[in-house]
Amino acid sequence: MEYSESIDRIADPWGTRTPYPRGGEWPVRVDTYLGAAAEPDGVSRWVQTASLLHSNGDAMDIAVSDGKMLGVRGRAVDRVNRGRLGPKDLFGWQANASPDRLTRPLARRDGRLIEVDWDTAMSDVVSRSRALLDERGPSSIAFYTSGQLFLEEYYTLAVMARAGIKTNHLDGNTRLCTATAGEALKESFGCDGQPGSYADIDHAEVIALYGHNVAETQPVLWMRVLDRLAGSDPPRLLCVDPRSTPVAERASIHLAPRLGTNLALMNALIHELIQRDLIDQRYIDSNTVGFDELDRQTAQDTAERAAGICGVPTTDIIQAAELLGSTEALLSTVLQGFYQSHQATAAAVQVNNIHLLLGMVGRPGAGLLQMNGQPTAENTRECGANGDLPGFRNWENDHHVAELAEIWNVQASDIPHYSAPTPAMQIFRYAEEGSIGMLWVSGTNPAVSLPELHRIRSILAREQLFLVVQDIFLTETAQMADVVLPAATWGEKTGTFTNADRTVHLSDQAVPPPGEARSDLEIFLDYARRMDLRDKDGGPLISWSSAEEAFAAWQRCSRGRPCDYTGISYERLRGGSGIQWPCNDEHPDGTERLYEEGAFSGEPDYCETYGRDLATGAAMGEIEYRARNPDGKAMLRAAKYSSPHEMPSEEYPFALTTGRTIFQFHTRTKTARAPQLNAAAPEVWVEMSEPDAAAHDLAEGDLVEVASPRASLQAQVRVGYIRPGTLFVPFHYGYFDEPGGNEPTDGIGRAGNELTLTDWDPASKQPIFKLAAARVTLLRRGGGVPAPAPTNTGSRPVADAPATVGGESAIALETVVDEAGGP
Amino acid sequence: MTAIQDVLADLYEGERHLASELLRVGDRHEAEHDVFHIARDLSDWSSDHGRRLADAAKANGQDLSTGRPRPTSLSGDRWWTSQHLLGRHSNPGLVLLHDLQAIYLAASYNSLLWEILAQGAQALSIGGLLELSTSCHPETLRQIRWANTKLKESAPQVISSQS
Repeated sequence: MEYSESIDRIADPWGTRTPYPRGGEWPVRVDTYLGAAAEPDGVSRWVQTASLLHSNGDAMDIAVSDGKMLGVRGRAVDRVNRGRLGPKDLFGWQANASPDRLTRPLARRDGRLIEVDWDTAMSDVVSRSRALLDERGPSSIAFYTSGQLFLEEYYTLAVMARAGIKTNHLDGNTRLCTATAGEALKESFGCDGQPGSYADIDHAEVIALYGHNVAETQPVLWMRVLDRLAGSDPPRLLCVDPRSTPVAERASIHLAPRLGTNLALMNALIHELIQRDLIDQRYIDSNTVGFDELDRQTAQDTAERAAGICGVPTTDIIQAAELLGSTEALLSTVLQGFYQSHQATAAAVQVNNIHLLLGMVGRPGAGLLQMNGQPTAENTRECGANGDLPGFRNWENDHHVAELAEIWNVQASDIPHYSAPTPAMQIFRYAEEGSIGMLWVSGTNPAVSLPELHRIRSILAREQLFLVVQDIFLTETAQMADVVLPAATWGEKTGTFTNADRTVHLSDQAVPPPGEARSDLEIFLDYARRMDLRDKDGGPLISWSSAEEAFAAWQRCSRGRPCDYTGISYERLRGGSGIQWPCNDEHPDGTERLYEEGAFSGEPDYCETYGRDLATGAAMGEIEYRARNPDGKAMLRAAKYSSPHEMPSEEYPFALTTGRTIFQFHTRTKTARAPQLNAAAPEVWVEMSEPDAAAHDLAEGDLVEVASPRASLQAQVRVGYIRPGTLFVPFHYGYFDEPGGNEPTDGIGRAGNELTLTDWDPASKQPIFKLAAARVTLLRRGGGVPAPAPTNTGSRPVADAPATVGGESAIALETVVDEAGGP
Repeated sequence: MTAIQDVLADLYEGERHLASELLRVGDRHEAEHDVFHIARDLSDWSSDHGRRLADAAKANGQDLSTGRPRPTSLSGDRWWTSQHLLGRHSNPGLVLLHDLQAIYLAASYNSLLWEILAQGAQALSIGGLLELSTSCHPETLRQIRWANTKLKESAPQVISSQS
């Protein structure tokens, strides 16, 4: 039976429920939105793709007619979403057709960016590249890419940068969102690679979410949880978050620790699990090393001690431990609340530890999801666009380097492997002190997304830095470039990409890119040709010229490594569901879960890394790894809590965190240009608790200055449900739509990252966005007008305020296919 | 003074010296934000070691807080500062490498003293001192390792940008 409903998907971001029981099949619900331009029978074709505005991989088809996108419809057949779409999926595509798309290359002449043709722009880039290589060598050139390009583009960039230019300075903005996920997995399992599967939601009894407001960051994944919660035998949720998000509201236990104390909390959970003998000693003995050290290190980490550090009741911590230890099917997810905070890798590793202690790995419902934030972040890690060696290879292992050299037909010594690849913050440091002379930024906006924006702006503006920016709009970063290259985006080029649970999707080209914009792949290939990058026999280093050929090249590179793509092809992906890697002869239809029956990837000869000290980032070394873990088991890694580097003080009494709202993505490059999304969350706000508002004589809607030791911004107050002593500011609101253009207008800040500090996790090198000291000063009374923050999400107000709705223009269709024959 | 008291006094001074060295290096290189923050964290470790050494010595009637000069012939840091090639440069990158070497050497000096303390404690069956060494020595090794890794990671850019 099939029935349809029309829903305002701004007012109701998660749509109608389709309950299902534990162990059941998640029903199909196809969501469709056709924009105002669509005629009832006007869709001439549907083109297959998946979402590019978060990491969930929501599969959808783009409605096309007359060379224009008309709307989107979820793909019922896909394993990730079974047809569902979130608000950004439904409305975000409209930004593609925005009239201010970059359509021609730009070059700076006499201080101004003017339109030029491709030859001129690329000549600028090539001549500067050649000059730097001649005068200063490869270490003077850096590439900083995105988490939103396609697999084929990352792989091409990795080969070009590592074996062509031969620089160690290659990273993606995934350093800001997902580096800790990858690092934590490497530290626990020896290799990157998502152990769990979204299907684990179908079987879980307990779901723990650590610093993960999944309702707003991966709405469709939250829909799956909501449907389980509405079904028989619902799971119980543990939520760790300083805010009362939609996830916290449905949690059996909600822990709201002080900012920066995640590790103290995790150590206490582990301590309690061990003390209460809730652990699976047999699993630990067979499958792990390091238990004695972990036991020893957490011996003093009682729930009581953590309660004092975290500001969370002792009983709550004990109950949380009992909840975790009492189930046969525990699923955990982790995201920015852990990854962007103090002791990020150490805290994320403790989540892995809990699963290893309880034997909750590699079985349906016993799953571990160290999540990603960006749609194709997974591919930067696999293809090496984050500097890692492609295929989860180990730069410290000469055999791995030799293998890569053979695949690329270069000398091993041509591939920089004398130290770990240079992470983004270090690249910017080198640009600041002048040893990097050229920075090529593709598909990311550091002028709004990096911490301490005043410093970043001054680095990007340096005369001595030749800045190339490849993007689809004239972002804050592009405004400061020496050369701007107009790129095609999603729907305008063909390629593949992979989500957070290893599902690979095909994205076909639906419409041509605007003006002279080209795909990122074409731009990189053009550069490689013009630079005459060669392999060791004198042939072209990059032998492919199409996306499908690049994919085939990647497949060869992935063979035998954990992320094995050899069984996947465009043909297999077209028309059906996404496929999870590894997909090869051994797993011809892909692989639901990793590490079944304790088969890890940590053997010394195979592993991706020998590990790092979680507190200092020091490399552990091959000899120690071989001694510690000769059989490649999973590793229990311990870490001691230490106080955050910037704490609230008398002058700055608040702890400030930054984060997201469901309706915007990153620096709003696309979502600000989707009317329904932008109207729902048009402007920055600052969230504080009711007691704090009362104590500071502040009310909903008041305009305040929020200042940290670095800078300040102005925002209206949202009195909401956040931990007292804490402030929340969304980081989306830059300056491209203000007179200032790329910086505060008249000195009035708006971007959350004006306030954040330059500090990063020692192991993952991920910057800290979730903790700064701040103070608040009243500027002007709000007069009863509430802050422009959504009312139906984590930013919901304490006081009454007009509900966030989308109205007529946000109506989408839901079609539920009910096999059982009833609603 | 007994030999073990000598070792405790040397180790106390060694940790005090390393704690202040780390702060000095962190401050000097505050534009290298990871060096600034991690050096402070590691300095706390050394300060903590010093406190625990003082407590352990006090239990045996030895007052470490009066201090004693660090033997230059053993640590050689005055020699180090004035003589070493890298230290003569005003280039900040080379100064960083030099400072990391100084940290490495100062921490290595402490490491060997922890080793001596552990061996002496075993020979004399002083359980508390053995436990103290077992607890603190790994952190000293981690300080060494950090300096080594940071030096290894920084050197390529420093050297290549100056050649």
